[in-house]
Amino acid sequence: MAGTRDRTLHYLALVVLAVLCLTPIYIMISTGFKQQVLILSGEPVWFFFTPTLDNYEYLMTRGKFDRYLTNSIIVGSVSTFLTLILGGFCAYAIARTEFHGRRTLASVSLLLRMVPPAVLAIPAFAIVITFGITNDYAVLIFFYTALNLPFTIWLLFGFYRQIPVELEEAAIVDGASPLQVFFRVLMPLMKSGYAVAAIFTFRIAWNELILALLLTGRNSRTLPVAAAGFITDTGVEWGRIMAMGTLIVIPPLLFTFFAARQIIAGLTAGSVKG
Amino acid sequence: MADSRRWAPYLFILPAVLVMLAGLVYPVIDAFRLSFLDWEIGQPIEQARSVGWSQYRRMLEDPDVRESLWVTIRFGFWTITIEMALGVALALLLEKPIRGASVFRTIFILPLMVSPVVVGLIWRYLFDARAGWINHYLQQMGFEPLVWLGDAELAFFAIVVTDIWQWTPFIFIIVIAGLQALPGDVIEAARIDGTNWWQQVFLVKLPMIRSILLIALLMRLIDVFRGMEVMYIMTGGGPGRATELLSLHIYNRAFNAQQLGYASAIAVLLIVLVFALSMAILAVSNPMRTRSDI
Repeated sequence: MAGTRDRTLHYLALVVLAVLCLTPIYIMISTGFKQQVLILSGEPVWFFFTPTLDNYEYLMTRGKFDRYLTNSIIVGSVSTFLTLILGGFCAYAIARTEFHGRRTLASVSLLLRMVPPAVLAIPAFAIVITFGITNDYAVLIFFYTALNLPFTIWLLFGFYRQIPVELEEAAIVDGASPLQVFFRVLMPLMKSGYAVAAIFTFRIAWNELILALLLTGRNSRTLPVAAAGFITDTGVEWGRIMAMGTLIVIPPLLFTFFAARQIIAGLTAGSVKG
Repeated sequence: MADSRRWAPYLFILPAVLVMLAGLVYPVIDAFRLSFLDWEIGQPIEQARSVGWSQYRRMLEDPDVRESLWVTIRFGFWTITIEMALGVALALLLEKPIRGASVFRTIFILPLMVSPVVVGLIWRYLFDARAGWINHYLQQMGFEPLVWLGDAELAFFAIVVTDIWQWTPFIFIIVIAGLQALPGDVIEAARIDGTNWWQQVFLVKLPMIRSILLIALLMRLIDVFRGMEVMYIMTGGGPGRATELLSLHIYNRAFNAQQLGYASAIAVLLIVLVFALSMAILAVSNPMRTRSDI
């Protein structure tokens, strides 16, 4: 009997925690569908209000949201693609081959993973004013690729290490070149590893604010920069601000719902396996 | 054939190494170089005066830097203590695998996945003095509404609450993964030996996952030094410097006070702190050890 009561308490605790996690997100999403009058009345309305699309309409028509969205998608996907290609090769070499500096590279890239964006900000700014690149996302894509490489290498290294070496040895005996081994034998087995890496890489590029503030101009602004500008410019337009937040959060939410298992694998990889 | 096998590894690592050298190593070195220049925004960098180590000396005596460091330490202390305590306690209570666990876990990682900028927006709204929900409920319970983000102590409290909301699930998830990876027979043996729940927790389970706990703690600490986005959105570091973590202080110094050279000197201090903490992680567990070492 005690077992049933324990289990009920267990579920009850989990439900309370889930509500705590979800409430702020729910408030944001619902506020995005409210009229400004209702929001400014200060009366929290949880469920029953007449929803409006005014805030979204404003973002789409006058907020240049489509422009920022396109920028964010381009920056996010191009840097993710580059990171996976470069990081994949590098992780493979560290996991599978012997070369001078292998251990140094492994440890140094772990240190580099921790470089704070605030440290990159001033040198990045110096580069931009020296070369005069202010309205293009190439520099931003480059920095995001660099920022994401250490974690990606380290994560993929762990996945490569789990694949039995015998598979590659068999392929090499059959006369496959290193590139063929990489693409034909390992790639298919690494699918879930690359999926985890892609989620984390895209998420960083999609969410990053500091470098994007410095390295983008009027036309290359990404969504976080636009959102940050929004709150300083408009102050109390909470409906629009929350609508913008909701739109920014859509890709991370989709990742979470469709790949929660992979995300947890990525989060725990560092500490639990070690 | 044998020859190609020898140089192939270098070819595989080269592109990634070049990008990391140019995008991470070079900026870190450049920050060091800039820290010796008295360089301000609007001034061409060639005209910046070289001032030697004087900006480091200035930094050591600068009350603003000291205050920002102190804010960072206090923030780290409160957030990490509470997050670790809550996260570990919850993981211990809820470690038993149950049906539907994956649904809950999906919900628990949501706060981690939300962009820091959006986290800042949400909580700025909730803490807003006029339209905010928190003040509304305070008033309903008969308290005076507070100007949360306009008062030093309250604003600090607000950013701590926000951080706890976002990061407690992280501790919870990795501790629960660690607990579930423990060999069952050890716990079983402890149980047969007649230990109670508390003894199992403090004498068996927690000691066995201590490296996970230590790494989680160090990772959170590094995040505290790296993070600034949530505060940038919620308070901008204010009022005064009440919520200005070290990273945000560097940003504000460089781009609001326009002292790029001096801000670089503080950035060097930050990188030294972060690298020291990272070395500690490497010492606890280097996941890139070769198989033979393990």
